Amino acid sequence: MRLVIALPYVWLATFFLLPFALVLAIAFGTNNPDAVPPIDLGVSLKNFTLLFTDDLYLAAWLGSLRIAATSTLVTLLLGYPMAYAITRARPSLRPLLLMAVILPFWTSFLIRVYAWMGLLSSNGILNQFLRNTGLVADPGTILGTEWAVHLGIVYAYLPFMVLPLYASLEKLDTSLLEAAADLGASPITAFFTVTLPQSLPGVVAGCLLVFIPAVGEFVIPDLLGGTDTLMIGKVLWDEFFLNSDWPLASAVAICLLVLLVGPIALFQRQQAKSLERQ
Amino acid sequence: MNAQPIVSIAGVSKRFGAIVAVDGVDLDIRRGELFALLGGSGCGKTTLLRMIAGFETPDTGRILIDGQDMAGVPPHRRPVNMMFQSYALFPHMDVAENVAYGLRREGLPAGEIARRVGEALDQVRLADHGKRRPAQLSGGQRQRVALARALIKRPKLLLLDEPLAALDRKLREGTRFELVRLQEQLGLTFVMVTHDQEEAMSMAGRLAVMNEGRIVQVGTPHEVYEHPRSRFVADFIGIANILPVEGGRAWLALRPEKIALFAARPNTDRAEQGRIVDVAYEGDRSLYRVGLVDGSMILVSTANVAREPREPWPRGQEVWLGWANDAGQRLNE
Repeated sequence: MRLVIALPYVWLATFFLLPFALVLAIAFGTNNPDAVPPIDLGVSLKNFTLLFTDDLYLAAWLGSLRIAATSTLVTLLLGYPMAYAITRARPSLRPLLLMAVILPFWTSFLIRVYAWMGLLSSNGILNQFLRNTGLVADPGTILGTEWAVHLGIVYAYLPFMVLPLYASLEKLDTSLLEAAADLGASPITAFFTVTLPQSLPGVVAGCLLVFIPAVGEFVIPDLLGGTDTLMIGKVLWDEFFLNSDWPLASAVAICLLVLLVGPIALFQRQQAKSLERQ
Repeated sequence: MNAQPIVSIAGVSKRFGAIVAVDGVDLDIRRGELFALLGGSGCGKTTLLRMIAGFETPDTGRILIDGQDMAGVPPHRRPVNMMFQSYALFPHMDVAENVAYGLRREGLPAGEIARRVGEALDQVRLADHGKRRPAQLSGGQRQRVALARALIKRPKLLLLDEPLAALDRKLREGTRFELVRLQEQLGLTFVMVTHDQEEAMSMAGRLAVMNEGRIVQVGTPHEVYEHPRSRFVADFIGIANILPVEGGRAWLALRPEKIALFAARPNTDRAEQGRIVDVAYEGDRSLYRVGLVDGSMILVSTANVAREPREPWPRGQEVWLGWANDAGQRLNE
């Protein structure tokens, strides 16, 4: 019995706390290209001070936050009507529609992002279609722009928005909407005064589920974005693999984590609150 | 006083798939009355109420409210308000916001809304609960918030869907009187749906008994109880002995309290001999099941006027039953 209870703690300690402690230790070390691994351990704040003084990192952070925020907003605006439509569909149709939302997960994330490269490249399917139909004579290339990064994030994270929204909209008591109508609210007013406030827990959960991973996203900006797309996940990768600067990469990782602790805590609190209400 | 009925329902039917929920209902509801739609579950009473509110559309027939045809008028444009069975209070708003909801939709100035919400909360004795959330209230308080919210727009017609069903028994009895008092004070028309015949009888000025989507009888509680028109009504309202008469071509509905017990043959209009099979002592009255000589069973009730009755009728006792010729109602159907 005790073993069963201890198991999650052992798991967390081995695969989360221990690696985190390692990363933290490395972040305070200094880069030494001649050592294997290329670090000299120590207590140096050099890496952190660099992060706050070099404009590149600040720009990458702000870029990540901005791209994650706009993508989250677009995902919300697309996901809300989808989730709403599913709750209003015939009950027999709902599992099918939900399945359609989850279906992309059956294919590897990486392969789906590669597929977007094929769609968006200068000789990709989209541009060929535009040229062949004569709609646009000389279409520019979407691949390698921030547009493509947004598109990729919205596409990849849409299910994480739709599912919590569906869960909270599905719980909505329809007699509340009837009461609103009975008291003189048009369907649109009833939506904004009853449906939307009642689905706020779903909105918050969905937004955080999209925003938190999107901030640290690396694959999508790397494959779909261009050299000018600055996101912190990509900077981290570059520091580690291209510059082999493990301490600096670790410092970036620590800062990223600290940056996201706020939203994650908010998400946890909100989940706990909605559990309590049930 | 306007003689035109506030609600006029003509030839209204509604089916859901293969189920006929409401089947050719004609009904007029008078201005200022407390009217009850009474019936068992699935009799169509709630569907009828929801059609008046506009949540369901009749397949056939017309509903006029205050002389206006309601066809194509959505719920939010109808001059009626409804108190829902579940109360349907908005959980994300406090009590005052719930009550103010209808007035805010009318775009009234904030000062007037606050004043009227205060009055409405006073009226239901919840003046100091305005800032509470519905989840923080007791069942009875929630019911009063729902009532205040439905009344604040001063509707011509208030619809109440099982208004007392969610309350416990003690509270229900007090609330009955309160609703009737409020209805009389405000001079509004109340239409209430209930499955509880005692509730309908004690509150309503007139009631309609429904069965399988049809209205089987409309009348005052007294008319429906003492002059039922069918075996269904006689059996549904209160307890009735239904005896075949005229060789089985008609029936007599005889209420248990209209029959008296005698030790020897009485000289009442009708007299039958039997034996007491069962006694149910209910405190205020006792109910006897009496087996007659011909094998049929008759229910008799006596009011327990004295604390220690002179003639306790034990099980197995030979008795005579007596009643007057006009004690029962002759039924053709």
